[in-house]
Amino acid sequence: MSLVMAGVVGALFGAGLLVSGMTQPAKVIGFLDVAGGWDPSLAFVMGGAVVVYGLAWRLVRARRREPWFDAAFHLPTRRDLDARLLGGAAIFGVGWGLGGLCPGPGLVAAGGGATTGLAFVAAMLVGLLAQRRFARG
Amino acid sequence: MPTSWLLALGGGALIGAASALLFLTHGRIAGISGVLGGLLPPAAPDRAWRLAFLVGLVAAGVAGAVVAPSAIGASVRPLLAVVAAGLLVGFGTGLGSGCTSGHGVCGLSRGSPRSLAAVMTFMATGAATAFVAGVVS
Repeated sequence: MSLVMAGVVGALFGAGLLVSGMTQPAKVIGFLDVAGGWDPSLAFVMGGAVVVYGLAWRLVRARRREPWFDAAFHLPTRRDLDARLLGGAAIFGVGWGLGGLCPGPGLVAAGGGATTGLAFVAAMLVGLLAQRRFARG
Repeated sequence: MPTSWLLALGGGALIGAASALLFLTHGRIAGISGVLGGLLPPAAPDRAWRLAFLVGLVAAGVAGAVVAPSAIGASVRPLLAVVAAGLLVGFGTGLGSGCTSGHGVCGLSRGSPRSLAAVMTFMATGAATAFVAGVVS
């Protein structure tokens, strides 16, 4: 049951990405290219998601001691800023602005069989693995 | 309000709802790069829900390609640039512990200072890259 739920939630997330326009690289790049012919529509994706998640997340935290299928909630606790966080975010942004895809939309596009999505996801996995090797030194 | 704004808002709300459901059921942050990263070596012990979530996400892409093919856009860059983008996105999200979903949606909603800094950073480098790539190509 827990795995079925995880799968359904993943599909919902993917449907949201498809509806929102995040799986269209041209649209994403049009949003990021503020200095070009700016398309502001994708700002509403983050806006809608943050409002819904922000409210629902607080409601869950206030009403429950643990999630349905686990003994405890898993939340990041760090609040400090460091070079890894900012450097990683900077590198990610360059990739996002170059290809117009971030991890979720990349996986959805790969599922749709788009050559772009498949190539992007394959490269992303190599990048993630390389980072782990780099981190271990 | 233009249709694309409404779709963005609705899709965003769906993404927020899916993320909230994952938190309610599994107590986890719906950060795609983090969910995926836990499946790569050295893998996290909780691989099952991660895999189920990602299968659902990819399945949404499979269904999307049939139901609404135009939702998955073609690349606006040559394949080599897409591969470079994937490498950077994988490496950067690994190093910076998150992407658009983990830092952007979940982190901002929780008021995490790390996520706010990450979002401002990847938005800035994303905008700069989209601008430069637009001028060059």
